[in-house]
Amino acid sequence: MPERTVTVASRSGLHARPAKIFVQAVARQGTAVRIRVGDGKPVPANSMLAVLSLGAGHGAEVTLDADGPGAEEVLDALADLLSRDLDAEEASDA
Amino acid sequence: MPEPAPGVLRGLGISPGRAAGRVHTMAGPPLLPAPVPVADTDAETARAVRGLESAAGELAARAQGAADPTAREILEAQAMIAADPMLRESVEQRVAAGSDAAHAIDAACAEQREALLAVGGYIAERASDLDDVRNRAVAAVLGLPMPGLPSPGHPFILAAGDLAPADTVNLDPGVVLALVTEKGGPTSHTAILARALGIPAVVACPGILSVADGTWASVDGDAGEVRTGIDERTAADVERAARADRDRLASSTGPGRTADGHPVKLLLNIGSAADVPAGSPGEGVGLFRSEFLFLDRRTAPSHEEQTRAYEDVLRAFPDAAVVVRTLDAGTDKPLPFLGLPEEHNPALGVRGLRVARRSPEVLDAQLDALAEAARASGASPWVMAPMVTTAGEAADFARRARVRGITHVGAMVEVPAAALHADRLLAELDFLSIGTNDLSQYTFAADRQHGELADLLDPWQPALLQLIERCAEAGRAAGKPVGVCGEAAADPLLATVLVGLGVTSLSMSARSVPAVRDALARHSLGQCREHARLALTAADPGAARAAVREAAAA
Repeated sequence: MPERTVTVASRSGLHARPAKIFVQAVARQGTAVRIRVGDGKPVPANSMLAVLSLGAGHGAEVTLDADGPGAEEVLDALADLLSRDLDAEEASDA
Repeated sequence: MPEPAPGVLRGLGISPGRAAGRVHTMAGPPLLPAPVPVADTDAETARAVRGLESAAGELAARAQGAADPTAREILEAQAMIAADPMLRESVEQRVAAGSDAAHAIDAACAEQREALLAVGGYIAERASDLDDVRNRAVAAVLGLPMPGLPSPGHPFILAAGDLAPADTVNLDPGVVLALVTEKGGPTSHTAILARALGIPAVVACPGILSVADGTWASVDGDAGEVRTGIDERTAADVERAARADRDRLASSTGPGRTADGHPVKLLLNIGSAADVPAGSPGEGVGLFRSEFLFLDRRTAPSHEEQTRAYEDVLRAFPDAAVVVRTLDAGTDKPLPFLGLPEEHNPALGVRGLRVARRSPEVLDAQLDALAEAARASGASPWVMAPMVTTAGEAADFARRARVRGITHVGAMVEVPAAALHADRLLAELDFLSIGTNDLSQYTFAADRQHGELADLLDPWQPALLQLIERCAEAGRAAGKPVGVCGEAAADPLLATVLVGLGVTSLSMSARSVPAVRDALARHSLGQCREHARLALTAADPGAARAAVREAAAA
């Protein structure tokens, strides 16, 4: 299964605003994506509660996986999102 | 539909003005009924899912309507939690296992809540979001009113048991005409909020929760009266008169003075330069709370950062006095970087100036920054310490401030010992400022947050007024200013009493200034002294208020 491992760049970690932006982006893709921290248990990335429960702080290594057609592109886009500081991008979804 | 019978409810008027409109009650969290056996699992699942969807929809709509970006973010996140696929799956599994919709939602939310708490830190703080989602979804399933602030789509009078800060973050002062609560007292959150927003409010008003949603009513925040069952035309008349009153007050300008010209400085309570409104109505700042610089910090703010923040405020009032209160923190208002241990009784522990016993460097750094801001801006700030208790403490604080070139040094009077020795404090200091909220708490041995003891915290308590009189007399004898900067100063009628007691300045939120200015302008100093005499000799706060109101109306 295709995977991407990326370091969470947002200052507040995968929490609050960054978590919201990430989960919304996953939901828009329509592909089942999972996320895990290190070697932890993968959880559905379209669930805000699941993503928050990872407790992935700034600098944490997370791995995304997905299957099916278009999975590579979806993972690239989401990995790119996580590697940006979403706390700093104030106006992006205003 | 027949009009309900008119009625009069009485409470404590704690924010002046009149308003009329329809009453809408803030519902509390729904109570779970006993579990119900489920016959049709599919139908029950659909019911549970509809409950979650309706909570998500309501939260998303509120997010759309939220003016404040932070509030909007929080509501959006809550809407996403309500629509969360994992939560939904957990609810569906519980219904499939035989649970009814309400209990399935309750249990699923509780489970997720525990998961977030287990992560700890910032994530644990989101647990309260799940409570909100749970309350809304369960209310929807049970057909109960949505908990939280009502949004009837028109301006309304907000009724509630009591209001906590979390209930009111999204409160839109353009839509809420007045606040009426069954509980609460003069220093409760409701009172402070209402005065900050400049809307009438009545607290400790039994019966308000029995008023049906949509009932027309008028609220008199001076008399503490709520008239229910009035007709729409009467409501319109009241609103028109209230608008005229507000316009008249808003057009009043100039310095504070009594009808016969005795000057009383009307000052502002602020937390930062951002709190200073354009065309500021006050004559300076009577209380600049410097805490905001220190909140949510793991380390102390730098000298440069502090200096800049003080300079901003000093420059906003180039020709007026600015009274800066040094850091008022302690175990009751914990600041992480101070590293203060928990105390058994924080209100009576290391707080205010007492923090300098353990960490004198924090106070010295603040005084350094204030002195530099004064030099840079050419202004001369008045600097005072909170929780000064003895003349010795006053002398020590004065020495630290003066050695840095700060010329006006004072103290807050919040502790009865300080009020009793006001003359000795003034021998060391240049001015006093009475913080009536804490002075009430310590004089009446009643916690400020204690709802059942609100009557003891009433600023009209004759014993409190006597301590204020003692301070004012000491000021008169020494020829030094003595002001009041607690909530008491914002009550227009009580303001006349305070001036009569000899108080030389009143500090309040900007919204409260016009009504206080108007009240002073309508009474001579002689009348204010008569009000003071009536209040001091009254048996209790209610009698004091009634006697002064009668004298003012005569």
